[in-house]
Amino acid sequence: MQHLRQLEDQSVYILREAYKHFDNLAMLWSMGKDSTVLLWLARKAFFGHVPFPLLHVDTSFKIPAMIEYRDRVAREWGLQLVVGQNKEALAAGMNSSMGRVTCCTALKTNGLKQLIEQKGYTGIILGVRADEEGTRAKERYFSPRDKHGDWDFRDQPPELWDQFKTTFPPGTHIRIHPLLDWTEINIWEYIKAENIPFIDLYLDKGEGTRYRSLGCAPCTTPIQSTAKSVDDIINELRHTTTAERSGRAQDEGRGMELLRKDGYM
Amino acid sequence: MTEITMKASDNLNIVIVGHVDHGKSTLLGRLYADTGSLPDGKIEKVQAICRQQGKEFEYAFLFDAFLEEQEQGITIDTARTFFAWKGRQYIIIDAPGHKEFLKNMISGAARAEGALLLIDALEGVKEQSKKHGYLLSLLGVRQFAVVVNKMDLVGYRQDVFDGIEKEYREFLGQFKAVPQQIIPVSAKLGDNIANRSEQMLWYKGPTVLDSLGAFKKEPGRSEQPLRMPVQDVYKFDARRIIAGRVTAGRVKVGDSLVFSPSNKRATVKSIEAFNVEPLPVEGHAGQTVGITLDEQIFVERGEVASHQEQLPLVSTAFRANVFWLGRKPLERGRRYQLRVATKEVDCEVAAIHRIIDTMDLAQQQGSNVVNRNQVAELTIRAKVPVAFDLSVSFEATGRFVLVDEYDIAGGGIVTELVHDDQEFLREEARQRDFAWVKGEVGVEDRAQQYGHRAAIVLVTGGRHAGKSFLAKKIEARLVADGRHAYLLDGGNLRRGLDADLSEGERGQAAEMARRYGEVARLLVDTGLIVISTTNPFGLAYSEAAQAIRTLVHPVPVIAIHMSKAPEEAPPNTDIVLSGPTDFDEATRQILEELKRRGVLAQAIGAKPTFQYSI
Ligand SMILES: Nc1nc2c(ncn2[C@@H]2O[C@H](COP(=O)(O)OP(=O)(O)O)[C@@H](O)[C@H]2O)c(=O)[nH]1
Ligand SMILES: [Mg+2]
Repeated sequence: MQHLRQLEDQSVYILREAYKHFDNLAMLWSMGKDSTVLLWLARKAFFGHVPFPLLHVDTSFKIPAMIEYRDRVAREWGLQLVVGQNKEALAAGMNSSMGRVTCCTALKTNGLKQLIEQKGYTGIILGVRADEEGTRAKERYFSPRDKHGDWDFRDQPPELWDQFKTTFPPGTHIRIHPLLDWTEINIWEYIKAENIPFIDLYLDKGEGTRYRSLGCAPCTTPIQSTAKSVDDIINELRHTTTAERSGRAQDEGRGMELLRKDGYM
Repeated sequence: MTEITMKASDNLNIVIVGHVDHGKSTLLGRLYADTGSLPDGKIEKVQAICRQQGKEFEYAFLFDAFLEEQEQGITIDTARTFFAWKGRQYIIIDAPGHKEFLKNMISGAARAEGALLLIDALEGVKEQSKKHGYLLSLLGVRQFAVVVNKMDLVGYRQDVFDGIEKEYREFLGQFKAVPQQIIPVSAKLGDNIANRSEQMLWYKGPTVLDSLGAFKKEPGRSEQPLRMPVQDVYKFDARRIIAGRVTAGRVKVGDSLVFSPSNKRATVKSIEAFNVEPLPVEGHAGQTVGITLDEQIFVERGEVASHQEQLPLVSTAFRANVFWLGRKPLERGRRYQLRVATKEVDCEVAAIHRIIDTMDLAQQQGSNVVNRNQVAELTIRAKVPVAFDLSVSFEATGRFVLVDEYDIAGGGIVTELVHDDQEFLREEARQRDFAWVKGEVGVEDRAQQYGHRAAIVLVTGGRHAGKSFLAKKIEARLVADGRHAYLLDGGNLRRGLDADLSEGERGQAAEMARRYGEVARLLVDTGLIVISTTNPFGLAYSEAAQAIRTLVHPVPVIAIHMSKAPEEAPPNTDIVLSGPTDFDEATRQILEELKRRGVLAQAIGAKPTFQYSI
């Protein structure tokens, strides 16, 4: 338990720093386990309130149950929801058969960039974790993006103790990553400890499969698993040696480094 | 809520540092491989990539994720990696050893609670071995093991190991750092990483893995006196919550707190939390908490809450050891932003005492600038008084960063308080505030009644600059607007309060300013906006203004400087008026400033800061 509280304290501190320093702040919420934990941590940090909007970049290919869950939770918790979509790309027929990296770039990266530009957000809070894949392991808690939303991983700013990069030139923005130190197991342990409502696609409903990571329907495949509860998931994770995102297609080859350099989450 | 058995009982952040190519990334890869901590297929995948590129397999490639890192065979930026062993969850940070990436190494090491410092047995102690060792100590990482790597390249010889141990211990001894262990290993071949070496039976100490297990979680910071820097003040609902991280000690419901440097006091009414039943009654070091107080006092981000018996230091200046990472060299006299805990304030480097050569600590050189990646001893002077501690006593409130333009460009630890000329007055104010007898009516109650907060509008300048005229105009305008304002004229004090003084004594600007300041302090305590000029102090107006500020602290002082011809205004002047004055325009400017500072409600800037709501 203590290790979860230590993680919680650090994330809460980061969220409060973000809220203090950014006038136009928003949090990305994909309805997955990580960003839902992040949302919960925001309620912790601000004593039951979420004082900034939640962004969902809708690719139109999300699993329908995710959208239902999104709207229900937003209503119940009184969230300010902002949904963005790259309508042009969709109208032009963008889908994963045109190449996964191409599709992700158009619908997610560019969808997000459009939203940031439209609304003028200067700080975006995201639920990425360092243990997900290699380039995320090298992220800072406060990570600057240039005018084009690009990440210069060769020259990241220093981050010392509890002091973060909170000042930045006009036109650029900062990505804030309060969950960097959390592992996949920590996320589930915390969901369990706090009894956080999560989407049931993560559980096996008798077919011997469940989702371990949620993305777009065409590019995310369920894994073989009979985990029917959070306890089952935690147990399963303790004994697995398969990478979490092995069900996510865009991670293949150098896909993620290229995507993230250009501003993917 | 049912508790399930948690595997991990605590977290520990570890950093691996040392000179480039001494084997840090290899050691990390090996540690994971030998403890079965890698995901299935990871080694095979990296092996395949190496074959494809016609390169020999390197454990280092497991975590050097960027294409560029693998191509160049170096680590560019720190990677957080996760590792669970014997009931503890480790985050191990592999830091780059190349001197070009020192800022990344420092970012990694600054979040570490323990470190492994690698030295290549064949190459011996190199420049970055020393620099990293010194920086660990500066960054506050006191738990570390020295790992002498590549023992296979020196035939696993004990005399080589002993030589390096001796040399490096001597170096560390100069700044009193003592390693937990010195371990001979071969990262490449796996000797003494997770498994005991068959090749070095002469070594009886722990393996790298064992020594990680022996590192301790934070050493008793909760037993220290309380420090809780205020991070923010929230008013989302009926509760007015002061949020912050307890960086030392404990805060309990019912505790009487002092906020420094404002010297405000109040008692903790509750510790608030979301989804926690019942509410906690205590918060300890490391925790982020939110407290409510029994009284509505005005506290701001940057103040440090403590108990009255053990206050933090307060001054505008301190001496420090600083490492510089900025693109531009650090210059004496240049403005930077200073951040100590949650306080953010402008500062300048008043003196560069010496550059510390980390290769040879005995050697020192004087300089007017500190270049990138250098360490120096400085005196820093802030624009306003700051609460802080010496780093030997308190870690979190004893260190700071300097921001140049948009970037954190340096960091350091406070080694000494530097006395400034306001010290005696500040102490007078502190003692007086602690003993101050209050009625039932608080500052906030008065503000509610009056529709504004107390403040001092202080007009400085030489003779015949129009100070009195302006002061009268502001008073009239504020009163016409329904504010409670009063012109405090120095001449009136002279003939009354100061009537006991001889002519000579009245010539002493310091004592006159003290008296004036204390009267002003009384008046602002009644909730008034006090308008004053430095007329009675003649040409000593700059010193007098400083003394008045210290005595009325933390009430906002809006300083206006007037002169016929352009001249240098006293420090912290808000509005400079030189040449012929447009008094209506000046009054408008001053009212704007009063709004901006939250004295008059409305127009608080882009974002509602709830503490200003009246
Ligand atoms: N012979 C030998 N070579 C090693 C050992 N550890 C690391 N190396 C080699 O030293 C080189 C630099 O290692 P690397 O881990 O990238 O060093 P880093 O810069 O400190 O991260 C690589 O070619 C490694 O294979 C060791 O114990 N023995
Ligand atoms: Mg390396």
